[in-house]
Amino acid sequence: MTATRSLVIEKELAHPVGKVWRALTQGALIQEWLMDNDFQPQVGHKFTFRSTPMPNWNGVIDSEVLVVEPHKTLAYRWNSMGLQSVVVWTLVATSGGTLVRMEQSGFRPDQEANYQGANYGWQKFIGGLERVVAGLQ
Amino acid sequence: MQASTDSVFKALGDPTRRAIFEKLSREGEQTVHALTDFAGVSQPAVSKHLGALKLVGLVRDRRQGRETHYSVEPDGLVPLIDWLGLYGAFWRDRFDRLEDLLKRMDQ
Repeated sequence: MTATRSLVIEKELAHPVGKVWRALTQGALIQEWLMDNDFQPQVGHKFTFRSTPMPNWNGVIDSEVLVVEPHKTLAYRWNSMGLQSVVVWTLVATSGGTLVRMEQSGFRPDQEANYQGANYGWQKFIGGLERVVAGLQ
Repeated sequence: MQASTDSVFKALGDPTRRAIFEKLSREGEQTVHALTDFAGVSQPAVSKHLGALKLVGLVRDRRQGRETHYSVEPDGLVPLIDWLGLYGAFWRDRFDRLEDLLKRMDQ
């Protein structure tokens, strides 16, 4: 069992890398497919994604840009109500367009230091859940 | 009957209760006595925690002689697994929207 629980979605899109990169890094475009935001493609830039609040979720995601490698890699934090994770986008040019890979990770049981302030302890819980689920199977 | 995600989160929000649940998951069925030794709190406190876990469907109990044995109810985690799955559904939906946007950017 690995230490990190992550969610990976990969899809080949029939569009060139440069165009996909723009959709991922220009605030107005990001808003069209993801969420309202004040994103800037600068490492260290702190921003928020805002969505319509739902039951059990206030709709706010606190973020910080971690990696910007044009046309290749984009990473930012994805923290919301005690869930602390990182979203990494990786783009690879293919003959038909671009292979787009999104990995959301950070549900790690060993990140004790990052739990502070997480009132619900969800992240810690998810780490525990992973052990539990692994134990059941 | 399935407990709500909320109630399962609440039940596991308590560290002692979560530790008890994790121990049951790792090591299988345990008596209340054994769990009391493990948890380092009083037996009534352990029984109360087990009652809370049972109420939301995370554990089941079985009496044998004077002892009550507890074990994990595997289906109890379903609400939480569903909750994690929501993130998968969320990102798949956003991928579709990204693709729609890219098509419009062509024009």
